[in-house]
Amino acid sequence: MGIISRGFGGRRRESVPGLPPGQYLTHDFPVLSAGPTPRIPLDRWRFTITTETGEKTSWNWAEFQALPAEDVTVDIHCVTKWSKLGTTWRGVSLDTLLENVESAADYTMVHSFGGYTTNVPMEDLLDGKAWVAYKFDGEDLQPEHGGPARLVVPHLYFWKSAKWVNGLQLMPEDEPGFWEAAGYHMYGDPWHEQRYQGD
Amino acid sequence: MDGTPLDGNAMAGDLREIFAVDVTAARYLCAGCTHTDAVGTLLLWHQSPGLVARCPNCEDVVITVVRAPDRVFLDLRGSVRLEVPLEGS
Repeated sequence: MGIISRGFGGRRRESVPGLPPGQYLTHDFPVLSAGPTPRIPLDRWRFTITTETGEKTSWNWAEFQALPAEDVTVDIHCVTKWSKLGTTWRGVSLDTLLENVESAADYTMVHSFGGYTTNVPMEDLLDGKAWVAYKFDGEDLQPEHGGPARLVVPHLYFWKSAKWVNGLQLMPEDEPGFWEAAGYHMYGDPWHEQRYQGD
Repeated sequence: MDGTPLDGNAMAGDLREIFAVDVTAARYLCAGCTHTDAVGTLLLWHQSPGLVARCPNCEDVVITVVRAPDRVFLDLRGSVRLEVPLEGS
């Protein structure tokens, strides 16, 4: 028997409204990580959007903090089967970040400090569906949860909500990120249980 | 909590389901920095959607193992090669 959890023990599904198939409810906030937690000083933090033609739009921490922020309450669903309902975040909408970016790209690759990547279609980042969040539950986002800032794209499994985010590469074609290349689903819709490739 | 890694020996059970030999005793050659040592010496991040084994020298990912209910995905792109000792030779 290996140490990889099969859904962390395959707990019984609870019939809770808002809980996608195969998920169980948790009230704490599990920390999952594929590597060391990067500690990013705010004076070295930068978020850069790079278009398919190489044009860059970039914000340092002070510029990013000056952007209009939103408070959102969303449910989050981890592919390891825990879900946490009603989480509160403060961050900048991707609609705001992409507002003045000229691009025809249909796909994006999210990049993080530490080298993590994950792919998200452009349409899943727009129309109030995604944020770069820097506060959780009213407090500064802690490094183990992705601080200073992480992507929050709650309608997809939470591995798409990259921690320690530092950029977005806009792409004409879809490409796998870190977990997608390792066997996880390219899209990751929790309501359709798109956990692994081929699901 | 900061998710302290285990060592690569903790992959033995999962790899034993795929290979007929003990791969933790094999030597990897890291694609990132050419460091080489036994798979059992890799730094293993296990509190994640899969096993992520990183080179202790450069922290690049050498091996990932993702387990679905009916399949195991083994990604070795971070290892240029595995040198596997054969039992009984």
